[in-house]
Amino acid sequence: MKRLGTTSCFVALAALAATTAAAQVAVRAGTLHTVSGPPIENAVVIAGADGRIEWVGPAADANIPNGVDVLEAAVVTPGLVDARSVVGLSGALNSNVGPVRDQDQLERSSPLQPDLRAIDAYDANETLVEWVRSYGVTTLHTGHGPGALVSGQTMIAKTRGRNVEQAVVVPARMLASTLGNAVSSNFQSPGTSAKGIAMLRSALHGAQAYLEQVQKAEEAGGDENVGSDDGEEDGDAKPAPQPPPRDLSKEALGQVLDGELSLLITVNTVPEIAAALRLQQEFGFDLVLDSAAESYLLLDEIREAGVPVLLHPTMSRVRNGSYETAGQLADAGIPFAIQTGFEGYVPKTRVLLWEAAIAAANGLGMERALEAITLSPARILGIDDRVGSIEVGKDADLALFDGDPFEYTSHICGVIIESEVLSAECR
Amino acid sequence: MSKHAATLLLAVALPALLVALPAAAQDDPHVFRGARLLPIAGPPIDDGVLVVQGGRITEVGGPDTRSPQGAVEHDVTGKVLMPGLVDAHSHVGSVSGGDRSGPLHPEVRNLDSIDVRSDSVWRARAGGITTVNIMSGSGHLMSGQTAYVKLRDGARTIEDWLYCDDARTGICGGMKMANGTNSIGSPPFPGTRAKSAALVRNLYHEAVEYREKMAEAEESEDGDDEGGAPAKRDLRMEALVEVLDGRRIVQHHTHRHNDIATVLRLKEEFGFRVVVQHGTESWKVAEELAAAGVPVSLTWIDAPGGKEETIDWNMEIGAILERAGVDVSFNTDDSVTDSRLLMRGAAIAVRYGMSRDKAIEGLTLAPARALGLEDRIGSLEAGKDADFVILSGDPLSAYTKVEQTWVEGTMIYDRANPDHRKYAVGGYKVYNMTAHEDHMIQQLLEGETR
Repeated sequence: MKRLGTTSCFVALAALAATTAAAQVAVRAGTLHTVSGPPIENAVVIAGADGRIEWVGPAADANIPNGVDVLEAAVVTPGLVDARSVVGLSGALNSNVGPVRDQDQLERSSPLQPDLRAIDAYDANETLVEWVRSYGVTTLHTGHGPGALVSGQTMIAKTRGRNVEQAVVVPARMLASTLGNAVSSNFQSPGTSAKGIAMLRSALHGAQAYLEQVQKAEEAGGDENVGSDDGEEDGDAKPAPQPPPRDLSKEALGQVLDGELSLLITVNTVPEIAAALRLQQEFGFDLVLDSAAESYLLLDEIREAGVPVLLHPTMSRVRNGSYETAGQLADAGIPFAIQTGFEGYVPKTRVLLWEAAIAAANGLGMERALEAITLSPARILGIDDRVGSIEVGKDADLALFDGDPFEYTSHICGVIIESEVLSAECR
Repeated sequence: MSKHAATLLLAVALPALLVALPAAAQDDPHVFRGARLLPIAGPPIDDGVLVVQGGRITEVGGPDTRSPQGAVEHDVTGKVLMPGLVDAHSHVGSVSGGDRSGPLHPEVRNLDSIDVRSDSVWRARAGGITTVNIMSGSGHLMSGQTAYVKLRDGARTIEDWLYCDDARTGICGGMKMANGTNSIGSPPFPGTRAKSAALVRNLYHEAVEYREKMAEAEESEDGDDEGGAPAKRDLRMEALVEVLDGRRIVQHHTHRHNDIATVLRLKEEFGFRVVVQHGTESWKVAEELAAAGVPVSLTWIDAPGGKEETIDWNMEIGAILERAGVDVSFNTDDSVTDSRLLMRGAAIAVRYGMSRDKAIEGLTLAPARALGLEDRIGSLEAGKDADFVILSGDPLSAYTKVEQTWVEGTMIYDRANPDHRKYAVGGYKVYNMTAHEDHMIQQLLEGETR
C-alpha cells in the first residue's frame, strides 16, 4: 500500500517537475486533513491560479477542470507553520567569523534592542530555508533569537522567494524577549534574573512615558489654533509641548504597549514564567510564552492568563523539558504550538514534523499534533485567515505525504505554496 | 528438544563468557512468549518464544517451543522483542578523558571517571540500550581509552559494568581518536590537519619501536647472557601496542571525506582496527571504506550544519554505505542526540533507502561488531547474553515505546514502573543536568571547540 502510494506520488509529480509558477492545480488525497474539520477520505483540493484554495471536498463531488495538473498523495495536510524559528537569520554553517559568518539572530552590543528588524537580516536563500520547506514548512515565524532582554523583532515569511520582499507575510509581528539566566551569559548586565526583569520593566515604563509625550505633543498641536483665539494672557502662554526626538526602540516597545506587536518572552523555569505573566498584568500587552519548559507546573496560571505558548521543540535539550508537555497543554485547553526554535549547535535547525512526532507519540496524538504545527500556530500568529487549514479562500499551501506524516518511514512527496509546486520528489 | 540440548551445550562450550557474569543473573528460566522476535541472526519470527536462563539465551524459536520446567512465563503477545540496542558512541556516565596539557592521551582510561549512578545512564536504559561504548570527547587527537559497558542493574562501581575481566589490566574498551577541527587548537595542540596526522604518526612510530624493544627484552630474558636492563614500562606505549596488535579498536571521530581518508591512510600504515565515528561525509568515500573493511558508526542529525564539518550531511548516507558494502551502525553521541531516540536514526535511514534489515542490524549486531563484542551480544541466539528489549511495536515507528529493557536475564528498565517511566519522558528534576549541559561541561573540561 505504502509503496504504491510512493510510486503514484512520484509519477504524478514527475509530470509537474517543470512547473515553477502558480497555476491551477488539483490534489487528490487518500486522506485529507483539513485541520479545521474532520479528515476527509478520498478528497480533492483545487488550488486556484490566484494562489488560493478554490474548492475542497469529497472526490465524488469534485469537478476538476480539463487540463489541470492533478497530483495524488495518500495523505494531504495544510502547509506546516513553524511557530518560532531563527532560520534565515541563523545559517547552517553556524559561523561567527570570516566571509561565511552566518549568525545574525543575536546582537550582543546591548541587552535591549527593540529596533532591530528581522526583515533587515533575513536571507531567503539560506540553505536551511529550503531544508525546512522540504519537510513541509510553508510558513515561518522567524527573527531575532533568545538570549537578550529584547533581541529584536520577528517576522512571518513564506519559505520561498529570492529575497525577503518576496517571502514576507508580516514584516514585524512580535518583539523577542528573554528572561532569566540565559541573558546573563551574553551580557555583563543584567547579571541576575531579577535585574533583567527590572531592566525590561524600566524599558517598558520608558516607552510608556515616550508614548505619553508623543500624545501630549499631538494634542497640543491640535489645540494650538484654539488657544490663540483666547487672547487673554498674550505673550505669557506656556510653550506647546514638543514631540520627543524619535526613538525607534521606544517606538517598538510602544507598539507592544499599544498591542500592535506581541511580546514573545522566552522563559523556561517557573519563576521566569511567573515573571512574564506578572509583567503582562502590569502593562497589559499581548504576551506569548516561548519555550516554556516547565509550563506543566503552571497550567492553571497560564490558562487563566489566557496566554498562548510556543512550546520548545520536543527533542530540544532544555532543562526539565518533557516529551509530554504538549499533551498536557492540549489537555489543559491552553492554546499552544510546537516550534523548532533555536539551536546553538548540531543540528542548527530542527525538523518540525519530527519534533511534533515525539509529542504525538507522548500523549498529544496524531491529529492534535498536526493542529499544533498548522492551525494553532496560525491562530497564535494571527494569520489564520490565510494559512493553517485547508479551506476555500485560504492560501493554497499544502504538504503531500505517502503515509502518516509523523512516521519516520513515511515520505513527504510534495510541497505547494500558493498553488506553486515547490518540491517534486518524495523524501 | 535436541536443539535445546545443543544450545545448552553451546553455552557450556563458551567458558570465557561465563566468568564475567555477576551473581545477580537470574537462575530460573524465563520464557517470553507471543512476541514478534527480531533475532537479527535470522528472519523475524512471529508469535515467537525466547527462553533465557543464567543470564544467557537458551532458545529462540516459534510458537511450538516448549518451556523448561519451572520457567517463569511472560506473555508478550503483540509486542516486538529484539536484542538490546548497542550504542557505539556515547558520553553518558559523566565521563572524562584527557586534559588540555596535550593532544595525545593514550594512557588515560575513561573507565576511571565513569559514574555508574549518573542519571544520564537512564536515558540509555529508557531507550532500550544495553551496551554502550562510553567515550571521552573529540577535543584531542587521542583523548583516552574508551569503556565498553553493559548497563547491569545495581552497579556499585564501574567494575560491575565492564566486559573485561580486570579493570586494571584488561583491555576494557577502544581508543578514542579524532581529527578535523575539534582537535585543532593553539599549541601544544596541532594548528592544521597535516600537523594532526603528523603528531599521530610520530606517536605510533614510537609505539612500533617500543613494541620491538619490549620483544627484544623479552627474548634476552628468556635466553640468557646479553642481560640488558629490562625496558622500562610505558603505559602510553602499552595501550598503543594493544592498538597496533589489533586487540584495542580505534574509535575515530571524523567527519570530512579527506579526514576519513587520513584515517584510512594511518590504518594502512600501522595496521590497526578502526571504526569511523560520525562519518558525516563517509557517503563520499563509501567505496574506499568498503575496500578497507572499515565500519561506520553514524550519528544521526536531522539537518545539515551546526558546524562546518557537517554541512554536507546526506540523508541517504545509510543507503549509500549499505550499497557499497560498508558495515553501518547508528550511535547517539549522547548528548548530541538523545539515548532515548537511538532507533529513530535507523528509521529515517530506511526512509532514505536503507534496507529494514540492515538498519535494525545497525542498532544491534553491527555496533556489537564495531566493539568486537559480536560473540556475546547483538542478536538473539542461544548462548548469547540475554540482553533484549520489549517494544510496543515496530522499532522503526515513531509511536513505538520501549516497554522493558533486560540485561543478562534481569529487567533493568520497566516503563510500567513510574520511577523508571519518568526517565523516558523527562520532566521536573528528572535529570540533574540536561543533555546540553552535560555536553557544555565536557567541552569545557576538554577544551573541545566546535
